Amino acid sequence: MLALLWKDLLLEFRTKERLSSLFVLALLIVLVFVFALSPEQIQGPEVEAALLWVTLVFAGMLSLQRSFLLEQERGCFSGLLLSPIDPGTLFLAKMLGNVMFLLLVEVIVAPLSLTFFGVPFSGSLVMLPIVVLLGTVGFSALGTLFAAIAVRTRAREVLLPIMLLPLLVPLLIAAVKVTSAVLSGEEWNGMWFRVLLAFDIIFVVTGWLIFSQVVQE
Amino acid sequence: MTTWVVEAENLSKTFAWVPVLRDVSYRVAQGETIAIFGPNGAGKTTFLRLLATLLKPSSGTLQLFGHTPNDPAVRHKLGFLGHDSFLYPDLTPIENLTFYGKAYSLPDLSGRINSVLQLVGLQDWGNIQVRTFSRGMEQRVALARALLHAPELLLFDEPYSGLDAHGLATLQTALTQTKAQGKTVIFTTHDFALGLGLCDRALIFDRGWIVWQSDGSLPSVREFSELYRQKTQSSSLITQPSSLSPHHS
Amino acid sequence: MKRFAPFADNVLPWLTLTTMIAALAMVFLYVPNERVQGLVQRIFYFHLPSAWNTFLGFFIVAGAGASYLWQGNRFFDLLAQAAAEIGMVFCTIVLITGSIWARPIWGVWWTWDPRLTMVVVLWTIYAAYLLLRHLGGDTEQIARYAAVLGIIGVLDIPLLHIAVRLWRGIHPKVDKMAPEMLWTLLMCTVAFLCLFTWMLWLRLRSLSLREEITTLRRQAVATA
Repeated sequence: MLALLWKDLLLEFRTKERLSSLFVLALLIVLVFVFALSPEQIQGPEVEAALLWVTLVFAGMLSLQRSFLLEQERGCFSGLLLSPIDPGTLFLAKMLGNVMFLLLVEVIVAPLSLTFFGVPFSGSLVMLPIVVLLGTVGFSALGTLFAAIAVRTRAREVLLPIMLLPLLVPLLIAAVKVTSAVLSGEEWNGMWFRVLLAFDIIFVVTGWLIFSQVVQE
Repeated sequence: MTTWVVEAENLSKTFAWVPVLRDVSYRVAQGETIAIFGPNGAGKTTFLRLLATLLKPSSGTLQLFGHTPNDPAVRHKLGFLGHDSFLYPDLTPIENLTFYGKAYSLPDLSGRINSVLQLVGLQDWGNIQVRTFSRGMEQRVALARALLHAPELLLFDEPYSGLDAHGLATLQTALTQTKAQGKTVIFTTHDFALGLGLCDRALIFDRGWIVWQSDGSLPSVREFSELYRQKTQSSSLITQPSSLSPHHS
Repeated sequence: MKRFAPFADNVLPWLTLTTMIAALAMVFLYVPNERVQGLVQRIFYFHLPSAWNTFLGFFIVAGAGASYLWQGNRFFDLLAQAAAEIGMVFCTIVLITGSIWARPIWGVWWTWDPRLTMVVVLWTIYAAYLLLRHLGGDTEQIARYAAVLGIIGVLDIPLLHIAVRLWRGIHPKVDKMAPEMLWTLLMCTVAFLCLFTWMLWLRLRSLSLREEITTLRRQAVATA
């Protein structure tokens, strides 16, 4: 599995296309929000939290598609299947790769958007990364699974959002709620946290188990 | 009791519910070299990919080295070379091979990579991105990839296509070497002379069936051309039932 | 399926017809007007069973999909497909009837209450499933992908439910119901269940017939 991760990282390092386009896209989405909403409307942590997650989701989908598009060229995916690497491991490796890329982007975009929106950061500094991590993991789990499906289907660009977004709703609701609470330093309902955790666990495990069905021809 | 490397029984495969391979049964023993001929769309590639465990049969059974295809131990013994090279164009041959080497958990990786690159004559090109290679060179690296883990069963899908002169020579050397090592080779090709020259047994596929298989001795190239033309007349109005059944020799 | 056919073809339509007539009679003639909400409340008798059917459809899609992944039997794939289409129909009915009811009672056509939200999301999951099948074409691969989508969808439902409920809540809760209302509801549920099964059967039969025709056609071409 380490080999897989190393390979993906090396590929990215070579071309730098994924990170750079992700980053630029995320930034652009933030800008769109800035212009779509006037500064007075951008009150408070709820909007900021919403923005953060919307950006992550849309930029994330781009990242997911790229991750599998690379494998489609020259039939590399078949090469992977040919090898003794088991599909579950393949899934986890791809998922972790996606998580890493997304986190890298988030690390820069989050503080940046906070400053753009001038939202005072009064919350816990420790909780925010944790929430972002949990949300990203859940997103990547389902995302990796469906990106693998979408990339091998005809209408791939449009199919991924169509399949992924409805299923992400619980994750989004929970993530935004906790994030906005964290940003404003309020108390938040522990249940949300459990929802996030449950989401992550259920879908990472399911993805790991079911990926062999997806890659089989 | 010969140990069968490949045992296929009533193998079928459908794509979009259309049968592409019908009820194919064949056995290959250790050390044999098999050549598969047939027109495009006859099911040769599908058959090969089934043997390579890249596809799952829609029905029928397949045994490789006495195991089911799902057994991970089988993967180490298979080598496949197809039309796609399975190489990452943004990486160098060495990086590609290192990756696959790790995927196969091979010991002494750099040593192996060196020797296999030498075999295909690309030892000086190890550190250049595959993206810049010509098709012939890329296929040679792909060959290196297929041979890296020293598989027992080599499956080559039209290996002669896409190769330049140097590549052809390399392939011939590699194949004869592999034969000498007692390994099993199954390949598809459209080149009668090359194919017949190398194989022990031959088959012709047409429209999903095996329409002819050699018994004991191989025909000459001229005899074979005639035979091939006969057996694969897909536009013929008069269909001979025997040419469509899998049990014809 | 063959064994079910005689029952389905002969008995089921009549069963559906009679139960539906009985249900309609009960809804409009038998049950008294609800105290608070008046006439509009009767929609509830169609609304709730439709909701049950939506969920039933979902579970069939997931179950048949899992069966297909396990065994590769095309029948289960067709079943999943039919169930998704029928389930989608009922999901739409739930949304529309809910809306019709909401307007006079709450004064709005729509609101983001947990149950409504959940049904909307379910609708989009159904839509995703049907789009996947439609855009992807009819292959074993897509059948497998659709099955995966169905299974994940079903796993998502409890999470969706919890999340959406934590989020808001004003959907009417039904606690005490007069016996007439209970009977009416029961009748309607049974009637809608028959309707669901019959529609499912019709669709399933149409899909498998189409499958047979295509196979025959291909065989004819192949041996020509």
